[in-house]
Amino acid sequence: MSDTVLEVRGLTVAFPHRKGETTAISDVGFDLKLGETTCFVGESGSGKSVTARAVLNIVEPAVIKSGAINLVDVAAGQRIELSGLDPDGADIRAVRGARIAMIFQEPMSSLSPVHTIGQQIIEAILLHQDVTAAEAREKAIDALRAVHIANPEEAIDRYPFEYSGGMRQRAMIAMALGCEPDILIADEPTTALDVTTQAEILKLLKGLQESRDMAVMFITHDMGVVAEIADQVVVMLHGSVVETGPVDTVFHAPQHAYTKKLLKASMGLDEAPHGRNGAGSDEVLIETSGLSLTFPTKKKIRKGATGGVRALNDVSIELRRGEILGIVGESGSGKTTLARVLMGRFQPQEGDAVYHTRDGAVKDLTHKSGFRDGQVYREMRMIFQDPYGSLNPRMTVEQIIGEPLLVNGLLKGAELKKRVGALLERVGLPASAMERYPHAFSGGQRQRIGIARAIALDPRVIIADEATSALDGSIRAQILDLLLTLRDELDLAILFIAHDIGVVRYFCDRVAVMHKGSVVETGTAIQICDSPQEPYTQRLISAVPIPDPRKRHLVA
Amino acid sequence: MPLTTPANSPDGRIGDVQDTPDVPAFEADPRIDHSHGTESQWQLIRRRFARHRLAVVSLWVLGAFVLVALFAGFVAPNDPGDVKARYTYAPPQALHFIDRSQDGWSFRPYVYGYSVEIEPEALRRTFVIDEEKKIYLSFFKRGWEYKLFGLIPTDIHLLAPERSRDPFYLFGADRLGRDMFSRLVYGTQISLSVGLVGVVMSLVLGVIIGGAAGYFGGWFDAATQRAIEFLRSLPTIPLWMGLAAAMPSDWSPLQTYFAITLILSFLGWTELARVVRGRFLALNGEDYVAAARYDGCSHFRVIVRHMVPAFTSHIITAASLAVPAMILAETALSFLGLGLQAPVISWGVLLQEAQNIRTLATAPWLLLPGAAIVISVLAMNFIGDGLRDAADPYAK
Repeated sequence: MSDTVLEVRGLTVAFPHRKGETTAISDVGFDLKLGETTCFVGESGSGKSVTARAVLNIVEPAVIKSGAINLVDVAAGQRIELSGLDPDGADIRAVRGARIAMIFQEPMSSLSPVHTIGQQIIEAILLHQDVTAAEAREKAIDALRAVHIANPEEAIDRYPFEYSGGMRQRAMIAMALGCEPDILIADEPTTALDVTTQAEILKLLKGLQESRDMAVMFITHDMGVVAEIADQVVVMLHGSVVETGPVDTVFHAPQHAYTKKLLKASMGLDEAPHGRNGAGSDEVLIETSGLSLTFPTKKKIRKGATGGVRALNDVSIELRRGEILGIVGESGSGKTTLARVLMGRFQPQEGDAVYHTRDGAVKDLTHKSGFRDGQVYREMRMIFQDPYGSLNPRMTVEQIIGEPLLVNGLLKGAELKKRVGALLERVGLPASAMERYPHAFSGGQRQRIGIARAIALDPRVIIADEATSALDGSIRAQILDLLLTLRDELDLAILFIAHDIGVVRYFCDRVAVMHKGSVVETGTAIQICDSPQEPYTQRLISAVPIPDPRKRHLVA
Repeated sequence: MPLTTPANSPDGRIGDVQDTPDVPAFEADPRIDHSHGTESQWQLIRRRFARHRLAVVSLWVLGAFVLVALFAGFVAPNDPGDVKARYTYAPPQALHFIDRSQDGWSFRPYVYGYSVEIEPEALRRTFVIDEEKKIYLSFFKRGWEYKLFGLIPTDIHLLAPERSRDPFYLFGADRLGRDMFSRLVYGTQISLSVGLVGVVMSLVLGVIIGGAAGYFGGWFDAATQRAIEFLRSLPTIPLWMGLAAAMPSDWSPLQTYFAITLILSFLGWTELARVVRGRFLALNGEDYVAAARYDGCSHFRVIVRHMVPAFTSHIITAASLAVPAMILAETALSFLGLGLQAPVISWGVLLQEAQNIRTLATAPWLLLPGAAIVISVLAMNFIGDGLRDAADPYAK
């Protein structure tokens, strides 16, 4: 059965401002059918979320300029046109939550922290259904059971902070399903979750959709997720729909060049790897052994008080010259802590970490004294995750890239300017970009500026902490390729911290898998990704979505 | 100028997809205008500030106050300390610019003179504006001598009666027949500068102490926070009274003036220190600050080059909102007779004259310094609001 439950035609939404208006989406049209999952895919800013919000008629401060959104009540044979309704009126509110429900990306901030999970679900049920409070509670417990929350009778009275991220997203789904809607809009519901949790949520959504015969509008930027769950795919670019079709056609016979580009950049596990697959050199630059770090939970009153979070547990790694070492793990596995220890931000309680400098000296990275003369910072540079927060908004690009050269007294004046221009061209930006401020650049361009700053001092090691996770697929691929090129040209060793197995497989030579502060497995990228040995690694790899609808394995 | 990203992957890597004509470069979204980007933060703030109508008007008003304060002697037609018993409680005169006479009209500013009547029952002298007597005024007239900026002796005034013996009381006269307008002009000098100097001093204290507390943290932070809490828990008026009483009575007015600003800023820095500390704490977590440290910057350079520019706008805002508080505090102190004393003229000292309800009934113009306070404090608050909105990148 495939009854159309929502018809969208010629939808145009614009943000008005002082100088006219900016069109966010124009002439968007699609159908949602009961029992089908329609994935909306596109990079950030392509108008996916605006489309979802327009369906619920909550686009403020933007306005729906034109177009029709017809909600069909299949059983009663009625149609309601949503875009013409008053956004604050009773008619549209009867639709929101009851007929069309929505779940969001961030499970942390979409639940109220001061109410229990139960109160929040019951409120939604009481708003839309004519039931008593006791019946609503029963329904809420059923909803929690339906999303596989263990022991729902007790869990209903817990607060969101007592839930893990995955449980919170389940609770959000339970809330959305409380009124048995026809349409579920899921706006990047798994983006903030770890891969293993993502796999569980995807499976849950697919199962619920089939058992309840709902239409699901699923927004994502991850082609792997699309391939796993979609029936229909809508590809968006710059606010317009460029391609629609059944998932198999879109993946195996894409029409539009942009779809092809997205697919090519999707970086699945069967992409040809570009790492060197093994250590190239014998020269060890960074060496740690038995590194352990515990963050005390409470201030130590008595010396030697135990307890606390063990962020690093007996970590031993080696980074050799010219090698890209990937550190993979889920959130909380200690990979960022490891990077911070190496950069002298935290001092470990046990273990050794040394850096072998260019002139053969050995620097101890476990004590602040090892960093005092600045030599470590000149040879070991950092690329940050957030391309927006890592560049000083008050400085021009020239000042940002020139800063390390200037403060180390290497260059100044016209020579500095020339070098900055050369560095910019090296990372694929025009030298004229140096006069601008960071706010004029997109995320990918900012990350290039960050890379230019990192290589300005001619370093030997670059620590890249999730350097590509904030970027869209095609931009991420370009940045990875830039780093590969720079590695070859400058003989850089890169410590690459990532949670995305596809990226690691494509980009790294060797990989260390971290779990709960320990390194559980080390090996070449191909070994780890294609034939993992440890159970945890196997679990991690099997949860990675494959960007090919013919190889579905997460949702059976 | 659009920024295009050249392909940089030689051997068929996945980022290496050539842009086809129907797919523009991914980073060049046609819906967004990318032609800007060379404007600094300050230019952006200035543009947003210019959009805040009320703040811009307030800026002009405050600018006028500052000009008046700077050129007080030039603006004031009479010596503010000049006692004229004949004109005790003389009412304000209206200023006329167009002189109509039998043979047409001419541009010639004048005011009407006074005639004195004696009320038969109370035997009280009352002033009546005498429309027969015209006192003609002229621009850039030589009058009483003063020192411009306290340095250059001169006697030129913006507007003064042609015959210097004639009365010219735009805002009326006080109980000693002194010109309220001239006194108000001189009061502006003291009141504004108490506010500004006081805030500059608290700013220095606040930025240094709050900055150190926020940047280094630890025991210093804990100690300053407790000190700030202690200072803020003291009831201000008794404290002022105590400090004012502790001031030696033989101090010159100038010494008292400095002591008063010191006292005010000694209590005023706490607020600013908290703002600065908060900003430092927030900025310490920023990646670009970490990047600056990894670039090899010293503590001093990290603070001065990377952190302070990030919150100067906040500091200016906090300061511009603190100035009116200082002015009000000075006024309150002087009004209570604890702050500045005659012969120093400040708005608060002038308002002291208006403490008596009976004098107010006969000479309501003695309240005019209050209007000056209201206008200047409002203007500064509006400017502060405008700056805050302009400095906030998330404002509409």
